[in-house]
Parts: sequence; structure tokens; C-alpha cells
Amino acid sequence: MDSILKVTNLNLKIPDRTLFSNLSFEIPRRKLTCITGENGVGKTTLIKHLLADLSHDYEEHAKFMVSRDQVQYVPQLRSIDDEYPLCIRDFAAFGLKTNSIFLNKEAKEKLAAILSETNLTKIADRPLGRASGGEKQRAYLAQALCADPKLLILDEATASLDQTSKHELLKMLRNVMKEHGLTIMFITHDPELIAAYADYELHLADKSGKLINKGDKN
Amino acid sequence: MLQYDFMRYAFIAGIFIALICGVMGVFVVARQTSFFTHTLSEIGFSGASFGVFAGISPLAGMLLFTCSSALLIGFSGEKLGRRESSISVFSGLFLGLGILFLSLSNKQANYATSILFGSIVGINRSSIDILVGLSIFLLLVIFLLFKRLAYNSFDSQGAEYNQRFNKSISIIFLIMLALTISITAQIVGSLLIFVLLTIPASAAKYFAHTLKKMIVLNFLFALFGIWFGLVLSWVTDLPVSFFITVIEALIYGSAILKEHFETYQK
Repeated sequence: MDSILKVTNLNLKIPDRTLFSNLSFEIPRRKLTCITGENGVGKTTLIKHLLADLSHDYEEHAKFMVSRDQVQYVPQLRSIDDEYPLCIRDFAAFGLKTNSIFLNKEAKEKLAAILSETNLTKIADRPLGRASGGEKQRAYLAQALCADPKLLILDEATASLDQTSKHELLKMLRNVMKEHGLTIMFITHDPELIAAYADYELHLADKSGKLINKGDKN
Repeated sequence: MLQYDFMRYAFIAGIFIALICGVMGVFVVARQTSFFTHTLSEIGFSGASFGVFAGISPLAGMLLFTCSSALLIGFSGEKLGRRESSISVFSGLFLGLGILFLSLSNKQANYATSILFGSIVGINRSSIDILVGLSIFLLLVIFLLFKRLAYNSFDSQGAEYNQRFNKSISIIFLIMLALTISITAQIVGSLLIFVLLTIPASAAKYFAHTLKKMIVLNFLFALFGIWFGLVLSWVTDLPVSFFITVIEALIYGSAILKEHFETYQK
């Protein structure tokens, strides 16, 4: 299998218990893999652990075929309250790999293209605090896409969304996956979404994990 | 009034203080660390009186105290600085220490008030030079690290995972804040610097939604407060700190009113 991440014999402990022992799996490249499992099984902890290993170039148990710079992680919780003032455009631009105060023409065009791809162009000048749940998730996605990732990891991105926004976001993810040649790992509980959109499911249970082929969705 | 050197210096100092607060304030408010900023200015007061007590200059004492606190908070995680109880503890402790050092060094009470409330109309050429030097240094750092500082301030969770050297950026920001407070406190006092770093930026976020507009508006609010406060103080012979605080509070009040009516109409 052409994989973007290969985990072999990983043991992961937190202070009071063992989360995983001898965990091995692979994540297929350019596919959407849902990471599933009961609450508290350690999905988020596992991802954070793998990312920390990647940052420290520690490849003993987890080998990524990309660099840390090419991975974007969209965390589950972000403290964006109703009064969050910054507009969606400026928020998304944080993902751009530039240090300058002023964006050059190329960066501006890229930002505009990504905002249009994530269907945010019309509301790009609105404060993010006023955006709906679905719009916020799309803004997080836009920010991540601005960084040109090869691997995109989303943590429970649909947890607080209504039915329509959920499907809208997943359709959008499949679309950007194809357009940008991305690999997506998506932590979720939602069986409906897994059935409709996942190419693979990594099911975590009993300190171990199993990759299940859910059939090609293209 | 501008025929006097000390008034000209005060107006010039106002420009640079407004410049620094214009940028730093936007980040302080975005990080929701207004109260840590308040604590840091009290730590500054404590440091200044330690400087007097130990026989080094008040500025050196202030820099020592504020920078080491910034490093402590930076390394132990900024959450510590947001926790209400730790704010009360630090705030109270350092005010107490400040009073202790002043009493041990046998300085009169008016020295304490000058550290706390500053004396923008009593500054000399050399304080202006230090202020201008600091402003140039801070603006240069901001220019070089602008996006990283903004990402770190406006989206701390996103930056934590997706920005390299993010923790170092947090520490750099806190040191910049400590420098801002120490140097501007010599001029406007450690209490007023807290006002200028937080109130105009809190107001600006209701009027502007892009980073650049927020910074420009914040600068204008701060500058207007300082300059108009100086004029009013000149005319009435009452303390300038009082006028600056009132003007900034009025600006904030009008921002809240505007926000209230806009939400009400929807």
C-alpha cells in the first residue's frame, strides 16, 4: 500500500493507564481515513503523540512520509467566542507561509482562491466570531489549506454541526482532497459520515487498531 | 503651551507611546491577557522600588522584575497568567513588596506616586531618547515577526500545532510586553500603561475587523487620548493621567454603545 504514515509496535501510556500496546497501522496516501473509537480510547492523544514524534524526528514507531511542515492539524477546540473580532480573510491568512506584514500578489491570489474553494468569499470580511459553526469549520479548513499541507488531520470537526453543514463540510473535504492531492485523517464518531465519505476507517479499540476498507468513494 | 520644552517632549513621547501601544495592545487584547498586563505593571512598580532600595536605577529594577516574570510565565505556560487566582496572588504580593522596598529605602511617599502614576509633563531629553530607542527596537521586531506574533495571539490553539517555534514566539511576546511596560511606565506610570495597552484596543475591535485597521485605529485612539489629555491638563491644571483614562474610557463606552445598538437593531 502507498502510505503516508506507518505506525509499528507503538506503546502509548498516560499516567494512570495504557492506551495502546503494540499498535500498528498504515494510513493510505491521498485517501480519506476516518479515525474512530469509543470516547476516551485515546484518538486525540494518539494523534498528538504521533505529531510530537514527527516534530522531534523520532521515527522508531511512527514513520511519516512527509515533514512536519506539510502536516496541518485542525484541533477540536478553539477559543473563538462571539466577540472574536478578526475577519475570516485575516484568520485564514495565518496559514500562509509568509512572514511579511504585506501579502504579495501571489499570496493574495492564493488566499482568494482558497476562500472561494471553501465557499467563504462572500463572508470573508465578516468577523469570525459572528460566523456559524459550519462557517467557522470552513475558516479553519481554509487556514490549513493556505499552508499547502500534504496531510490534513481534523479532530471532531463535525461534532457541533447540524446535518446539512456536516455533509457540506465532508463533500468539501473530498473535493479539496482531490484538487490539492491531500491525504486526510478525520477523527469522528459519526457512522453516517463514515459510511458516506470514508475510503478507510481506522477503528481503535482494546489498545489496538484495525484499518478497514470502506470502498472507493471516487 | 508648545513654547515649553517639557510640553513638546510630552507630545513627542505621546506619539511613540501610542505607536507601541497601538500594536502591542491589539495583541494583548487578542490573547485575553489584559489582567496579566495589569499584574505585570504592578510587578513593574515593585521592581522600580526594589531598584531604589538596592541602589540600582528604578528602570533596571523594573526591567529585572518584569522580564523575569515574563520568562516565568512564558515557560510555565500562559494559562497561569490567565488564571484568576494566580492573578490575585501575584498582584497583591508584588504591590506589597513594592511598598516594603520603598519603606526600607526611606523614600518619601511621593516617590511611590510618581512610579505608579508617572509624570509625562516632567520628562527630560534622555527619557525621550530611551523611549524612541525602545520604540524603534520593538517596531523592528514586530515588523520581522508580524505574522508569527499575530498567529500566536489571535489563534493560540491553531498556532500551537501548526506554527514552528510557537513557544519561543510566546516568550518573545511576553518579553516585548515587559519592555513596553518598563520603559513607558517611566513616563506615564505603571497604572496608566495598563490603560493604554488594553482600553483603546478593546474599543478598536468593535470598529475594525482586519489586523491593519485595528492597529491603526488603536494607535489613533491612544494618541488622541494622550494629546487631548495633555491639553485638558494644561488648561485645567489637573493630573493628565486622569484625563487620559477618562478619554479612553469614553471611547470604550461609545464602542460598547455602538455594538449594543447594532445587535439590538438586528
